[in-house]
Amino acid sequence: MRVTIRVAVNGEERVAEVEPRDLLVHTLRDELGLTGTHVGCDTSSCGACTVHLDGEAVKSCTVLSVQADGHEVTTIEGLAGENGELHRLQQGFWEKHGLQCGFCTPGMIMAAADLLERNPNPTEEEIRHGLEGNLCRCTGYHNIVKAVQHAAAVKAPEEVTA
Amino acid sequence: MSAVGSAIKRKEDPRMITGRGNYTDDMVLPGMLHAVFVRSDEAHAKITVDASEARRRPGILAVFTGEDLGDVAAPMPMAWVPPGIEVKTPERWPIARGEVNHVGDPVALVVGRSRGEVADGAGAVVVEYDPLPVVTDPEAALEDGSPLVHEALGTNRSHEWSLGGGDIDAGLAAADVVVERRIVNQRISGAPIEPRSAIADFRADELTLWSSTQVPHFVRLFMAIVLGTSEDKVRVVAPDVGGGFGAKLQFCAEEVAVSWASRKLGRPVKWTETRAEHMAACHHGRDQVAYVRMGATKDGKLTALHVKIIADFGAYFGMLTPTIPELGAFVMTGVYDIPAVKTDIIGAFTNKCMTDAIRGAGRPEATHLIEVCIDQLAAELEIDRLELRRRNFIAADSFPHEVAYGVIYDSGNYQGTLDRMLEHFDYGAFTEEQARLRERGIYRGVGFSTYTEICGLAPSRVTGPEGFGLQTGLWESAVVRVHPTGAVTVFTGTSGHGQGHDTVFAQIAADRLGVSPDVVEVVHGDTGTGPMGLGTYGSRSMAVGGESIAKAAERVAEKAKQIVAHQLEAAPEDIEVAEGTFRVRGTDKGMALAEISGIAHVRPELLPEGMEPALEEHAFYDPENFVFPFGAHACEVEVDVETGRVTVTKYLAVDDCGNPLNPMLIDGQVHGGITQGIGQALYEQIRYDDAGQLITGTLVDYALPTAAEVPSFVTDRTVTPSPVNSLGVKGIGEAGTIASSAAVVNAVIDALRPLGVSYIDMPCTPLRVWTAIQEAQR
Repeated sequence: MRVTIRVAVNGEERVAEVEPRDLLVHTLRDELGLTGTHVGCDTSSCGACTVHLDGEAVKSCTVLSVQADGHEVTTIEGLAGENGELHRLQQGFWEKHGLQCGFCTPGMIMAAADLLERNPNPTEEEIRHGLEGNLCRCTGYHNIVKAVQHAAAVKAPEEVTA
Repeated sequence: MSAVGSAIKRKEDPRMITGRGNYTDDMVLPGMLHAVFVRSDEAHAKITVDASEARRRPGILAVFTGEDLGDVAAPMPMAWVPPGIEVKTPERWPIARGEVNHVGDPVALVVGRSRGEVADGAGAVVVEYDPLPVVTDPEAALEDGSPLVHEALGTNRSHEWSLGGGDIDAGLAAADVVVERRIVNQRISGAPIEPRSAIADFRADELTLWSSTQVPHFVRLFMAIVLGTSEDKVRVVAPDVGGGFGAKLQFCAEEVAVSWASRKLGRPVKWTETRAEHMAACHHGRDQVAYVRMGATKDGKLTALHVKIIADFGAYFGMLTPTIPELGAFVMTGVYDIPAVKTDIIGAFTNKCMTDAIRGAGRPEATHLIEVCIDQLAAELEIDRLELRRRNFIAADSFPHEVAYGVIYDSGNYQGTLDRMLEHFDYGAFTEEQARLRERGIYRGVGFSTYTEICGLAPSRVTGPEGFGLQTGLWESAVVRVHPTGAVTVFTGTSGHGQGHDTVFAQIAADRLGVSPDVVEVVHGDTGTGPMGLGTYGSRSMAVGGESIAKAAERVAEKAKQIVAHQLEAAPEDIEVAEGTFRVRGTDKGMALAEISGIAHVRPELLPEGMEPALEEHAFYDPENFVFPFGAHACEVEVDVETGRVTVTKYLAVDDCGNPLNPMLIDGQVHGGITQGIGQALYEQIRYDDAGQLITGTLVDYALPTAAEVPSFVTDRTVTPSPVNSLGVKGIGEAGTIASSAAVVNAVIDALRPLGVSYIDMPCTPLRVWTAIQEAQR
């Protein structure tokens, strides 16, 4: 049995035919061609698949595609500005060498974006606890923390205009 | 300004931070099929596979068993034939034939149209298991009467190997104190966040294999042998690779099986492992039991070190499995001048997944036992731990230094890194505060690790068939190609997977060619481009691969100088690369690389008489020696003695990897390396029960450190260039992991000494620490 779902992905209305058992991460990757969202485990432990569902970070391996029907999804591909200007977290990860192999990076950035949304000026400890659902094997997290701090020091566009 | 030495931001990052990386599983080929493996649920059994129901299921095109793959030309290879030593090697096929030897052993390959259909199909394969007796403990496996993992070998003992020098018996007899310890270095997983993945496309008799691998050239060579074809018919591409840590330094059974299936079915076949598969079937690391005897006089002079290692190899050999403990033996004297050192290695088969190289590969085990035992000895002798180290350091003025068993350390200044570390750490103040806190029931400890390691693997004359016995050279290659417009492409035989090669290799070439690293593209990981290379492992990419690039770039620069000299009527030796041009020394006359390359490509008639057109050179480099990075690490911990929970509160690392090429990348490698060592010291352990069932088969059961478990690190460097290569560099990819586990464990022991705990094995989990405290108090 296949089900039709309509999801606003990165601001664009997308339609997909999915099986009821399909996970959102697989629909994003296999049906919608958005391969920036990664799969690193089978147990919702690693966070490589983190995306935003209606503005909140979720592990897209724990969301059924049908649950996203009628909702908004933002993936790493939708984070940069309209003219391709990097999101402050993308800039932070680049500036502070917050990535090595890059595989955890999209999920890490999406989780960090949610963290800064909820807590614009986190302490180091708050950053570390805020990202403990996302595993990185390369960086030892040191420069990821620096990257988030770098991004936090740059005001979000909406804060600048306000 | 020189690019080398600058903390230049990475060229590879823009695609990765925007989700436009290209990892193997991201790729889709026209007509591509999906594959999953059915894997053994049993640790040891005869098997009968019935795939008839599975083959009838919708969307399933084929189910292949080990017998179906009966036409592969050779079993899975192992690359070590040490002269004069027999290594008993079990036959291993891409898919098990009639018998499984560990949980996760591949039993069948299911190929079909979609991810979901092959998963369903795999569930319909019926495997009958006729259980055989199981052995999971390496020491039990070596006892008479143990169940045999491989009946055909008649023993679970794979081989014995020794490396030593000096008189151990005399050294131990001369000692006033001999510390004896049994040290277990537990089995761990490399656990890159990207699981392994491969896509095979066999068409018109030629195979293209995209694989998440560290060693595309090895994979091509072995694939040609196992499939019974020739290397020119095989191309292996490693696209973006999501971490390796040794787990992808392998020629994988799965790579063979999907390639074979693609040939059979005439369509591309993709396999991407689940994390559960990775934990059960991708090779593990470590798993050694060491019996250590370390002797010293009462004034703290080391007299002898003897280590007997029982290495648990699991059920099979991967490409390098039996060589891993031997790598540790090469640095068993550590940073110490010990007159007699000997390592005896015994290999054992058990009904567990095979072990092979995982970040550090043999050297973390060696460093851990040396550095833990130095602390044990200090306690016995009642000499301060750092003072005992100082009394035994190989002197800075004695390099190159030949150690007791003949290995020659290239350069070092161990006192220097320790002194620098102590500039960041007030040992006296810590000790005072530690004493005050203990009165309040707060237990803090500090641990040190002063290490060296052997890397830059190479040199072939030492590692090769007549030397150590690897059946390969370990040189490296580079091509530097200047395009007509002056843009540069560097091809390297190494195969990066997060190290930042695109950036730092560009820095090396840029300086020599008078251009910005921005116009230098680095191509790696594709056997279809550039010359053969050997890949990325053993912290070799800079010291061997980087040096190859420097050599090739120097050759290009030499040719460019001749062209400029000819154009400007100067002598080639008067041309220098400065401020972005090749200019005549002492004048403002010169030419940019783009102009030179324009002439070389477009106006070859203007070249000096007899010179070939174009501007491209290659180099192959096989170093004279290994390189030996070193350093001094300190770790502070606090132990909650009620729960046994250990928290790392501070970590300092001073490392020396020779000349720093990109300090930002070095720090990144050190941070990640330390965290992997902290992971082993405190959290990580692959566990099997007595029946050979894997207990830690997911990332829920196998604890990787998260951001909340580690502190920010303090890193610093000293610079002692290696005399081995012109760059003066040493590897840094593994050093953090090699150094750190001992620093953490020494800190835990230091914290708990007042409670009577004098030794503890890894991982120092709350249960183990709590139990150690209870036993000491009893």
